[in-house]
Amino acid sequence: MATLRAEAPAILLLLALAAAPFVGFGEGYMLTLLARAMILAMAAVSLSLLVGGAGLVSMGHAAMLGFGAYAVVILDDARVTEIAVVLPVAIAAAAGFALVTGAVAIRTSGVHFIMITLAFGQMAFFTASSLAGYGGDDGYTLYSRTEIGGARLLEDRLAFHFVCVGALAGTWLLCRLLLASRFGRVLRAAKGNPLRAQALGFDPYPYRLVAYVIAGAIGGASGFLFANATEFVAPAYFSWQRSGELLFMVILGGVAGLHGALIGALGFVLLEEWLSHQWEHWRIVFGVLLILAVLFLPNGLAGIPGQIAKAARR
Amino acid sequence: MTDPLLSLRNLRKRFGGLAVTDDVSLDVAPGEIHAVIGPNGAGKTTLINEISGVLRVDGGRIEFGGRDITGLSMPRRARLGLARSFQITSVVPAFTALENTALAVQAGAGSSFRFFRPAALERRLNEPALAALDQVGLAGRAHTPAGAMSHGEKRQLELAIALATQPRLLLLDEPLAGAGPEETERLIGILRGLKSRYAILLVEHDMQAVFALADRISVLVYGRVIATGEPDAIRGNAEVRAAYLGEDDIPLAGAA
Ligand SMILES: Nc1ncnc2c1ncn2[C@@H]1O[C@H](COP(=O)(O)OP(=O)(O)OP(=O)(O)O)[C@@H](O)[C@H]1O
Ligand SMILES: [Mg+2]
Repeated sequence: MATLRAEAPAILLLLALAAAPFVGFGEGYMLTLLARAMILAMAAVSLSLLVGGAGLVSMGHAAMLGFGAYAVVILDDARVTEIAVVLPVAIAAAAGFALVTGAVAIRTSGVHFIMITLAFGQMAFFTASSLAGYGGDDGYTLYSRTEIGGARLLEDRLAFHFVCVGALAGTWLLCRLLLASRFGRVLRAAKGNPLRAQALGFDPYPYRLVAYVIAGAIGGASGFLFANATEFVAPAYFSWQRSGELLFMVILGGVAGLHGALIGALGFVLLEEWLSHQWEHWRIVFGVLLILAVLFLPNGLAGIPGQIAKAARR
Repeated sequence: MTDPLLSLRNLRKRFGGLAVTDDVSLDVAPGEIHAVIGPNGAGKTTLINEISGVLRVDGGRIEFGGRDITGLSMPRRARLGLARSFQITSVVPAFTALENTALAVQAGAGSSFRFFRPAALERRLNEPALAALDQVGLAGRAHTPAGAMSHGEKRQLELAIALATQPRLLLLDEPLAGAGPEETERLIGILRGLKSRYAILLVEHDMQAVFALADRISVLVYGRVIATGEPDAIRGNAEVRAAYLGEDDIPLAGAA
């Protein structure tokens, strides 16, 4: 029962997203926005696995999206658009990048880990910028969305909406299971007290590396969806600013549970959208709101109910 | 005499100009409690850190079960059956007592690269963990987060964690430190119960406990072992009295 209650926020949120098109959020503009929010939420949840689960604060997570998205671009250019090929390649590309860079980065910790993931992410960004054949800095417009068994299913907005809901739900479930498993327990122990974990015989390195690769693979899958959502891919999407935004979503939502990343990502994207229509200098307000959130919400948006309950008891 | 389980040969370690481990040689036989006593700063914790692999020695050799482990990492040594408690409690604060202990069971219960089954539901991990908690008197606190426990309870948990790994050798760094009189009684009882089932290297300031539990005692002063012997021999050793138990006889009188 206690566990079910802990999962309730995430499940309710996912159900709300699934129901959204039928309760007044069905027009094209809204579906586009929700798709974007869900795709970034997927990346944020995988980042939360690293930050909240493993204590690995990556500032290069956007590069994982980049690898997934550029896999779509490069295959699109070669006229390969079948999902059975494109999606595995997108995931493998990001996971491979995570494996190679993670093998080095995870030897460091703290600020060094942040800096080295940032550096690897920027390397990927500059590499993408230099791909003249794929538009370089200007980016690349897809000929078509990825096909499923030859069918142009992803072109349908509603179908794409449910693909995103399914992908996000799958991501959340996968990360949830991972954290609760033996593997996740070692990961969490190595975050909470690395000396204790080592004294028990657990070398944190392989556990952290596997987590990093899994998060990278999920990032690749979300990059695949991102490319399909916008039908356009540019290096700027995957710069360190985007990595910072992802990290912000995770921290804004709260790192104590994965649903924090869900709430953080959806809140971030929707607030950004709404504010940008209110005032041209919206970024200032946005920045102030985020600072206030960090100052007054130590456990993020997901921690608000707990804070209220605590205040009420006093 | 059986072969020692743990054998230290001529260990040396310096921190800058300070020799903290100075040509230390000692053995722990299977089933034996070998106590290491000495004044503050004598190098007792450093010695445990060297044996468990937190620190590298500058020279000398550490053998465990007949195998040279001097160059092995801390996790490798732990997997060979070396468990330790920490002088300053070292648990995972966000975990419950049960999860802390189940993690220790997990260390010796097959691969931890299992990704999908919830570990909290594994009876194979929970049952031995609960047994270890019960052994130290914490069964009723199994679901309390370790971070919310009292100091004394954390000491008990620290011991349960070490036991749950089913080690061949326990390295205990002041298991009684900071425990109240009642908890001390309980912990001494637990340690007595462990005697002969485990080999234990016991670092402890509570002389009453040391003399009640130890089969052998080594006295460490400024990184050197100045005497090793059975409790009675140590009690009567003039050098020990002069160097360590000097000013008055309080420790030996048993008042601790
Ligand atoms: N990492 C370190 N760097 C430098 N000096 C250290 C370090 N760790 C310990 N020392 C010094 O080494 C000496 C031995 O320390 P150690 O902690 O082993 O003593 P101890 O016998 O466990 O003392 P206590 O009874 O107070 O626990 C002390 O003088 C201490 O200040
Ligand atoms: Mg000490």
